[in-house]
Amino acid sequence: MRKKIAFKPVTLLLLLITFISFAKEDVKHEESGSDLKTEIKEYIQHHLLDSYDFNLFSYDNGEKHFGFPLPVILWDNGLKVFSSSKFHHGETVAEAGGSYYKLHHGKIYKVDGPNGEIIEDDHHHATNQKPLDFSITKNVVLIAMVFAIMFFMFSRMAKSYKKNNGMPKGTGRFLEPIVLYVRDEIAIPNIGEKKYKKYMSYLLTVFFFVWIVNLFGLTPIGMNVTNNIAVTLCLALITYLITTFSGNKNYWKHIFWMPGVPVPMKIILAPIELLGTIIKPFALMIRLYANITAGHVVLMSIIGMMFIFNNWLGSSLSFLLAFVLGILELLVAALQAYIFTVLSALYFGMAVEDHDHH
Amino acid sequence: MEELFGGFSLGLFFWQAVLFLALVFLLRKFAWKPILDSVNNREEGIKNALEAAENAKKEMENLQADNQKLLKEARAEREEMLKEARDIKNKMIEDAKGEAQDQANKMIKQAQDAIESEKKAAMAELKSQVAGISLDIAEKVVRQELSNKDKQLKLVESMLGEAKLN
Amino acid sequence: MEIPAIVGAGLVVIGAGIGIGKIGGSAMEAIARQPEATGKIQTAMLIAAALIEGIGFAALFAV
Repeated sequence: MRKKIAFKPVTLLLLLITFISFAKEDVKHEESGSDLKTEIKEYIQHHLLDSYDFNLFSYDNGEKHFGFPLPVILWDNGLKVFSSSKFHHGETVAEAGGSYYKLHHGKIYKVDGPNGEIIEDDHHHATNQKPLDFSITKNVVLIAMVFAIMFFMFSRMAKSYKKNNGMPKGTGRFLEPIVLYVRDEIAIPNIGEKKYKKYMSYLLTVFFFVWIVNLFGLTPIGMNVTNNIAVTLCLALITYLITTFSGNKNYWKHIFWMPGVPVPMKIILAPIELLGTIIKPFALMIRLYANITAGHVVLMSIIGMMFIFNNWLGSSLSFLLAFVLGILELLVAALQAYIFTVLSALYFGMAVEDHDHH
Repeated sequence: MEELFGGFSLGLFFWQAVLFLALVFLLRKFAWKPILDSVNNREEGIKNALEAAENAKKEMENLQADNQKLLKEARAEREEMLKEARDIKNKMIEDAKGEAQDQANKMIKQAQDAIESEKKAAMAELKSQVAGISLDIAEKVVRQELSNKDKQLKLVESMLGEAKLN
Repeated sequence: MEIPAIVGAGLVVIGAGIGIGKIGGSAMEAIARQPEATGKIQTAMLIAAALIEGIGFAALFAV
């Protein structure tokens, strides 16, 4: 018991150290004010992007990096696999299988030769060819990590039920109420007592996945999976596909031929309803992406303000604000997972609802 | 909007889809199914146990009611029995009294009868004795008559008077 | 004079903010009136707020 209570101050201390270490990192650049602002802006933008190497932090004016490279996998006239260390953090052109590639704004472009350059058009868009990119990026690593954590955690929980005569043990004690909450407060009220079982696997997985991934986004290793539109698009697409494929006759009838309204209204309503089926998962995608991105931008901006103010009052106020906001982000991490799951369940419920009362 | 999808990365989408779907299926097999089944079983068990407890309680109540009823019946029976016993006692006393009375009456009557018959017998004997005495007297009178007629008459008369007195 | 799109986005965000505020306020009133229905009210509130929030974000990213 005592050990568990002692854990809380340790967490607080770690949080403090995190902020302080952030502070130390950038202290060197404080000489030029406007430079610092652009640097912070760039840092935030960089932080929001995916990267090809697992970079924990950089120092010496971004000259030295602490981290490790990740494999780059390209499909460009055949499979090409090489280490991202060949890019030297975007400074050099990488060569693989007779082709040359260069990093530009966090994306890989094909260049002509070892000294090839990125050609930009008037809108600062690179016109170079982009190979199909299946690299194991930082975000993929985190997704895989969360995959492993979740599999380990929940398979152990399932085993503890067997060993312990139908009662959970260890982490299961903590996780069971959450699992039951998803079942009793999210799945059953929205989908219905009879049909909820089919969707439980997806709902539980998506809830814990989004939650854990969001929580990882708040750690100082600086990975944010859910502020990639690709990730949220993938999740929303799965929700959309499940909704569409489990839609019963009633569901489609309500989209194409709304019962209980006059015929001209039916014709007007059909395209709107059809569009609605796409807008719903689209909103799901945007919501998760935007909430997490906005949270990160605001939090990091306020942390950055500590160095811009550079006096005891402003910096400490920024620190306090960042601290409070960090706690708020913890709530948002869980809330977004909850919202995503509730809305998914709601859409599934709409798809399988029996309109007996008509 | 352009900025939004400019950041879209097909590779990340691909890996997310693969890993996430694999996670869903793996967890379905190794975690969610056993967990939810265990929870369901446990809930079912709790529900059954509660139901059983409820039933037992009801049964207990029934039993108690039965007991109460039995007790009441027994009490009523005892009351009845007591009352009966009391009645019997009273009746017995009454009977005994009556019988005693009868017996007494009978004995009295017998005694009276006996007295009566004794009296009659005594009377009869008396009469016969009187008759005998009368005869004797008559004999004597008759014998004396032959000697003195007046005396005889006087005697008879006095004797008769004496006899009537008795 | 051309009005920049970001102004429109700002208007949408203001509207969304008012909407979410009203939802929150109504939910508070409802909870105060029926404390036993807190769970249901909260769920409904979050869903409604999330739907409006979606519009706000759509406006922001459409700029």
